Amino acid sequence: METQTEEKVTPFTRIFLAKKRKESLSSDGEKGAALSPLPPLPPRSSTRGFRRFQEKSIQFLLFLAAASSIAITLGIVWILAYESFGFFRHVPFWDFITDRQWTPLFDDAHYGIRPLVTGTLVVATVALTLALPVGTITAIYLSEYAPHRVREIVKPFLELLTAVPTVVFGYFALLFVTPLLQKLIPSLPGFNMLSAGLVVGVMIIPYVSSLSEDAMRAVPMHLREASYAMGATRFQTSLRVVTPAAFSGIASAYVLAFSRAIGETMVVAIAAGMQPSLTVNPLEPAATITAYIVQVALGDLPHGSVGYQTIFAAGLTLMLMTLVFNVAGHLLRKKFREVY
Amino acid sequence: MDTTALRRDIARRKTKDAIFAVAGLAATLVGLITLLALLIDLAIDGVGRINPMFLSNFPSRFPDKAGILSAWVGTAVVMLVTALSAVPLGVAAGVYLEEYAPKNRLTALIEINIANLAGVPSIVYGLMALGIFVYKLNLGQSVITAGLTLALLILPIVIMATRESIRAIPASIREAAFAVGATKWQMVRHHIIPYSAGGILTGVIIGLSRAIGESAPLITVGALTFIAFLPPAPVTGGFPFINFEWLKSPYTVLPIQLFNWVSRPQKAFHLNAAAAGLVLMTMTLAMNGVAIAIRYRFRKRIKW
Repeated sequence: METQTEEKVTPFTRIFLAKKRKESLSSDGEKGAALSPLPPLPPRSSTRGFRRFQEKSIQFLLFLAAASSIAITLGIVWILAYESFGFFRHVPFWDFITDRQWTPLFDDAHYGIRPLVTGTLVVATVALTLALPVGTITAIYLSEYAPHRVREIVKPFLELLTAVPTVVFGYFALLFVTPLLQKLIPSLPGFNMLSAGLVVGVMIIPYVSSLSEDAMRAVPMHLREASYAMGATRFQTSLRVVTPAAFSGIASAYVLAFSRAIGETMVVAIAAGMQPSLTVNPLEPAATITAYIVQVALGDLPHGSVGYQTIFAAGLTLMLMTLVFNVAGHLLRKKFREVY
Repeated sequence: MDTTALRRDIARRKTKDAIFAVAGLAATLVGLITLLALLIDLAIDGVGRINPMFLSNFPSRFPDKAGILSAWVGTAVVMLVTALSAVPLGVAAGVYLEEYAPKNRLTALIEINIANLAGVPSIVYGLMALGIFVYKLNLGQSVITAGLTLALLILPIVIMATRESIRAIPASIREAAFAVGATKWQMVRHHIIPYSAGGILTGVIIGLSRAIGESAPLITVGALTFIAFLPPAPVTGGFPFINFEWLKSPYTVLPIQLFNWVSRPQKAFHLNAAAAGLVLMTMTLAMNGVAIAIRYRFRKRIKW
């Protein structure tokens, strides 16, 4: 009977050895004569302390990584607010919102944001007029009408639209869509908001259709079955049962689409022109907020000048527009939310 | 209501239903046909310019001599910086939120914040990077600024992909690890991260394919449009064999080269733009294809 151990002594081996000893004790009947002492355990408090320290520090590092996202937001808010503050020391806020011209880089400088805001809204309106109906109908079709296999094939291809680089869409808008539209409307200038808006619209169709479809598919099947049992057609069911039930998700999709449409940069910078002008006619060229930022960034403005600060004031305006729509969407969702 | 009126009513509703089915198909095709038209348009315009010289020449005043060497090398080095910074940060944040985070206000704040960051227009990231990276941290208009900017842009994508694939791991795996005495970190390292690697990789590739086509934030942080040299090589022949000069080098990337060419009035440069677009599209589509393939493989292989 031996209790020799060459391996590492762990609590488990000790338990095992102790058990063996007990067995031998009961079989032999002799009292402890041939027993060797149990091997000692290694001192464990140090490794355990180290491990606890390691666990805590890893947890802290991971926490820092997660918290860095808040640092990004704070960085964005801080830099926009800081540079805009400098801007508004030169330019009265009243001029900023009432002046009808935006010519910060001319000798006769005007700082009225309205032309840029209207340009942005016109492009967004054109884009959403296309994307919201088409995206929603696509979503209804894919969720309620299309056979399973069609949906599985079509959805990834539609989502490829979001993977296309936006400069490529800009190229497409300027050199394919605009010439095409010029055949229909001969007076259309080479740069115009219509073609930029339409292309932005196609670009955001997948955002609308994918998110809306997910929301519609989450509507419980028994609601549809109840509707069909009453003799409703698929059309009636999708329009009067599924769509209202999925309203919350569809509203989120619309808000995201709006954010994309006003934040879209390269398509409008390439195809809508870079001249700020106060017009609501989509057939004319006009600069958007984003296009203006690109135009200034392409030049070489000295750090700290008013011209440099204008792009931050413009960026702040863009962020506030997105924020207003996000909050509105949130309230709308809350009001019409249906829970099953 | 008599039977004929009822029949007519039913027929009318069925017609409406059929009309809507056709409309739905048509709406679905709008997106698909545009995608197809775009690809064909790019291919027709650009394919004639694609040759080895196009890939190995610097940009030039002469459209037929101009190439995208500096652009694709720039894209490659910027993507390297982006991946090296966004992946560890994003995976760590995702692991924290899924495995460690207590349910409290701070965690809720972080989660809402990440969701909102995903909706911030990309050019706003550019403005933030211009103010902070370029001027406050004095990184200048360099590869590292560009890489970090794009890393912040795709961080929400990486975090969300990480969380989603960690969430798919059943609790029994964690319990099994704890039952044999593993600490939390051992459990995460030996089980959670390996099992979610496929999903994370998919998310990372999709994020990078977004970053590769992004140009607006890079224009604001000062990517140049005419670069006729390459950044210094990261690996050198002599001691210490590795240098970090390339991080500080000026750069251009493919989408910006494309933007530059498409903004010129000459038709010949537009052909170059189409060819660059074709190269860019090939890269993006290939990355998306790889992501889909990985997702499919992992979904098939792992069954809980």
